[in-house]
Amino acid sequence: MWDFLNLFSVPVLETSIRLATPLLLACLAGLFSERAGIFDIGLEGKMLIAAFFSAAISFNTGSVWLGLGAGILASVTLSIIHGLASITFRGNQLISGVAINFLAAGMTVLIAQSWFKQGGRTPQLEGAARFNPIEFPFAETFMPVPVAGPVYASLIGGHALLVYVAIAMVPLTWWVLFRTRFGLRLRAVGENPAAVDTAGVSVVGLRNAAVLICGVLCGLAGAYLATALQAGFVKDMTAGRGYIALAALIFAKWRPWYALAACLLFGYLQAIALRPDLLTAAFGFKVQIQLLDALPYILTVVILAGFVGKAIPPRAGGAPYVKER
Amino acid sequence: MDVIPKWADAVLVPLISLILAAVLSALVILAIGEDPVAAAKLMVEGAVGSTYGWGYTLYYATNFIFTGLAVSVAFHARMFNIGGEGQAMLGGLGVALVCLYIPFPHWALALPVAIIGAAAFAAIWAAIPAYLQAKRGSHIVITTIMFNFIAAALLNYLLVGMLKPSGAMDPATAKFAATTHLPTFQDLFSWGEKPVFRGAPANVSFFVSLLACVAVWFLIWRTRLGFEIRAYGESESAAKYAGISPTKIIMISMIISGALAGCMAINNVMGEAERLVLGSVEGAGFIGIAVALMGRSHPLGVLLAAILFGFLYQGGAELALWTNIPRELIIVIQALVIMFTGALDNMIRMPLEKIFLMMRKEGAA
Repeated sequence: MWDFLNLFSVPVLETSIRLATPLLLACLAGLFSERAGIFDIGLEGKMLIAAFFSAAISFNTGSVWLGLGAGILASVTLSIIHGLASITFRGNQLISGVAINFLAAGMTVLIAQSWFKQGGRTPQLEGAARFNPIEFPFAETFMPVPVAGPVYASLIGGHALLVYVAIAMVPLTWWVLFRTRFGLRLRAVGENPAAVDTAGVSVVGLRNAAVLICGVLCGLAGAYLATALQAGFVKDMTAGRGYIALAALIFAKWRPWYALAACLLFGYLQAIALRPDLLTAAFGFKVQIQLLDALPYILTVVILAGFVGKAIPPRAGGAPYVKER
Repeated sequence: MDVIPKWADAVLVPLISLILAAVLSALVILAIGEDPVAAAKLMVEGAVGSTYGWGYTLYYATNFIFTGLAVSVAFHARMFNIGGEGQAMLGGLGVALVCLYIPFPHWALALPVAIIGAAAFAAIWAAIPAYLQAKRGSHIVITTIMFNFIAAALLNYLLVGMLKPSGAMDPATAKFAATTHLPTFQDLFSWGEKPVFRGAPANVSFFVSLLACVAVWFLIWRTRLGFEIRAYGESESAAKYAGISPTKIIMISMIISGALAGCMAINNVMGEAERLVLGSVEGAGFIGIAVALMGRSHPLGVLLAAILFGFLYQGGAELALWTNIPRELIIVIQALVIMFTGALDNMIRMPLEKIFLMMRKEGAA
């Protein structure tokens, strides 16, 4: 019994939240883009380049805020390229995304090697060059209280600022998409751009706005990876998180609150994969780590196949909009 | 009527894309404080300046021919098979099982069986996303991406578990029997005193990949099935009206695509490593995308583009060895090629169309 409850102990859940944060930010980034009809498989690349520039500039200036700005700027630059390819030149959005992922994977190592000469990584970040955990008031005092104490100290409190930003982004995204005129138009442009165009609203403008928002959110995700979750950039540090975020987006059927749930679930799977001993104790046999690694992808394929509820993407997704002449 | 003549579409557009990618790459090299001219010289010398260099260039090219053809066949049916990486991993598994558990007397017997093994495993891996696309409407791009990760997890599981010989440390299978050794170019072409292609991994698989080019050309442009694939790719509704079953085309073209990607394993697993190691595909599945885009999905184009990328790979390795330019430069070049030939195609095509239109008007006047 206790062995089973250990799977949901405070440290495991705390790790889940930390690992879910970059997924959540990237997932919401993809949500904006795909709701506007622009497929984005370049989430991975944008996170990666943001991770590098945030770590590099944080290290050079000693200020994590400047690092965050640089990370967002780098990610937005890639977003602009994606917008140029898929909106302005009506190219294939998927191919553009693939190119962006490779561009980021190559450029980060190239620049890191040229700047720091440490084999494609940045030096360790310390102090003000990182987003440090925020201690909640009286956390120490309440610590001895059973359950509630540790939950207050390290599950609710004790995270880096960007964790709270990510969670706050969920209601904000919901509000923007479903309660503002901009959101209504943005969703419309992903379903039926011709109708939006007929109403006299710029399809190109809306889609570019969505792609830029996507860039900013991916920038936050990457900066969180390099300056909060870890202390510096290492080669390929996103490690497929952009694709897991994409999977979470499908799992959530392109809706913000479901995205939070999906990312927490996938974050939990990542967290539990770090503690195979707990799994063995709980179930009495050895659970393969590889199965846990593959689980988000398998679940997504099952959802996509429509065996457990149907995931229907925005109708105009992936198709460039050609104005009638 | 086409604005751009056919030759310009096939040669000029990719060429301009390539020049743009090369110029940007040179700027990148300049930006990191190295000399692009010296780098280019070193790459040419390292990749095609000796039979040894050619041996590596053609070895890499063989991988890229298979994965490039795989992406091309799917492109003809207007599907984007991004899962070449995972399919090639499964192909490797097929080759490994065949080579480990069947005692072959001679490589000439082992090779065809290994091809069947590789193609079968990879085809099954491609058939699942194809089925989900055809019958359940799941987007093939997303499912094939997911299948890449699932394949990686599966191989990781098998190679640190069941397939690893007891007592071994690294995640890999046992060495294949000596009778499955494919003749390398060194074995094939060294008659005189001085061995050529010494120590280079290029092997008979290269000729198999050339045969695959011819076979794909024949399939796409000379058979009824190829016509159906192209018809479906041009217009799904027209194909349906002509009595072509979308399910059949999606399934068959993805199975062929997967089988081709899987066949890469006879080169890297059977020909080079002679055992299955973790991560043996090394991104060749993704390079297939660049190769197919650059080669305009035509086998001849794929062959040339694959050799170009083979050159870049070998040249890049030489650069990493002799200069401070990391191997990742190749990934940047690859990204630029995919970007210019794939996504930014119209950026190059639109001005070209204008030029050709102007020339035509002047010719008429």
